[in-house]
Amino acid sequence: MYVAAKGGEKAIRNAHALLAKRRRGNENLPSIGLDQIAAQLTLAVDRVMAEGSLYDVELAALAVKQARGDLIEAIFLIRAFRTTLPRFGSAQPLDTARMLVRRRVSATYKDLPGGQLLGPTFDYTHRLLDTSLDSSEIRSTESSSGVAEGAASSVARSVAEIMPRVTDLLGEEGLIEASPADDGGEPFDITRAPVSFPVDRATRLQTLARGDEGYLLALGYSTQRGYARSHPFVGEIRFGDVEVMFEAPELGFEVNLGTVQVTECQMVNQFKGSTEVPPQFTRGYGLVFGQCERKAMSMALVERALRWQELGEEPGAPAQDEEFVLSHCDNVQATGFVEHLKLPHYVDFQAELDLVRRMRSEHETEMKEAAE
Amino acid sequence: MQSPEQKTSDGNASRAARQGAMALLARAETGELDAMLARLAPVPSASDLKPPEVGLVMLRGRTGGDGAPFNLGEATVARAAVRLEGGAAGFAYRLGRDVRAARAAAILDALWQDAGRRAAVEDTLAPVRERLSAEADAVRAETAATKVDFFTLVRGED
Repeated sequence: MYVAAKGGEKAIRNAHALLAKRRRGNENLPSIGLDQIAAQLTLAVDRVMAEGSLYDVELAALAVKQARGDLIEAIFLIRAFRTTLPRFGSAQPLDTARMLVRRRVSATYKDLPGGQLLGPTFDYTHRLLDTSLDSSEIRSTESSSGVAEGAASSVARSVAEIMPRVTDLLGEEGLIEASPADDGGEPFDITRAPVSFPVDRATRLQTLARGDEGYLLALGYSTQRGYARSHPFVGEIRFGDVEVMFEAPELGFEVNLGTVQVTECQMVNQFKGSTEVPPQFTRGYGLVFGQCERKAMSMALVERALRWQELGEEPGAPAQDEEFVLSHCDNVQATGFVEHLKLPHYVDFQAELDLVRRMRSEHETEMKEAAE
Repeated sequence: MQSPEQKTSDGNASRAARQGAMALLARAETGELDAMLARLAPVPSASDLKPPEVGLVMLRGRTGGDGAPFNLGEATVARAAVRLEGGAAGFAYRLGRDVRAARAAAILDALWQDAGRRAAVEDTLAPVRERLSAEADAVRAETAATKVDFFTLVRGED
């Protein structure tokens, strides 16, 4: 049992003032602006929105600044903030087929309709540190003007307005399982009701979508290394802007609230079939706020591994253990419980200390008796 | 006299047009909304039907992109509801937390519903529509410049 401690108010105040001073850093340097964080540390901001489970670029940038770049701390701040606001309702499901695509690649089809669009990617970079990004150096490669070689003349080969998903192409031939049908029911919401296992696929997807990227990356990796092997292919990854449609209660019709950016990953996996189903491909699905490709891929791998029972596969790998995977993927819960260990536990420890002393003295007596 | 069917289809067309205007008002920047109100002056005074406020909307995805819905995460939304003096009620919902922009958008929604002012409101919306369309075109062109044609290499082992 945890017994609270009292006191230390002055020390705590001073520690927080010192934290603010260290956050500000060298005062001869300008304070970093939220617009700079939002525009130049985009992927940090995206991760905070995804795992904070709240889409708001400015708030996520503020959280990154306040947390001194500690993204889990920033995610914690966002989660705390979201609890202060009322909920107006739920939007219509995002239509990723109508995305304004900024990146879209498939590892399964090289000539897919709409094409392979690399977009802003680290893929195929040499991972050599670029000293020209140091602001004291000449800003030749940092300038964005060099980016669009041939972009101006590419209007003719512009990007299609509606891009079919790769899974739709496989689906037309019946080579891949269909997505679970929309029966019109409300999906379970883990932020409104306690979770009890086993859970449905919608609950898993919501939990994974806000889960820790590193944790899901490790679990996804484990499935590739043979723990719940499912032989995955990236059917498609797409990143871009989608419109948010919301039926406003006082209007009685849908309104467009603006756009959000999301990354979608369609993982295509082998399935040998069963007595009821012929051999076909199966799917793992990932959808994440912002440009979070590693997370979307990891989510899709883990999502697929968790479906072992439905697909009649052998259990036994860590990534297949629904309760284990889902109960530990939230980094705010995880950090709260791990980090609380550093708070004063003096009373608990005093009790443990007394117990160990008593056991030692009993042990000593026993040893003496045995020796006699 | 109109038949009921005509009325309904007019109603649907009018609703679609209002939805189109509201979509632009949701994506207009604060400065653009202020400029629109300035161009449309004088604007009757507006009273709040309820105070403008910030809240959350739960965004959803579909399993596999096209299947059963699931909750993805929330987004901040600013909303406002106003009534113009001697005029219509206007509403606005916008992603983000800018309640002042939401209130301006609600006033413009109310003005749009006044048949006598609709054309003028649509005129002021045109620059927003053009900006959004130019931005989307720029994204498409930038993205198209990164289009690759992968080709597979035949291995020379046989």
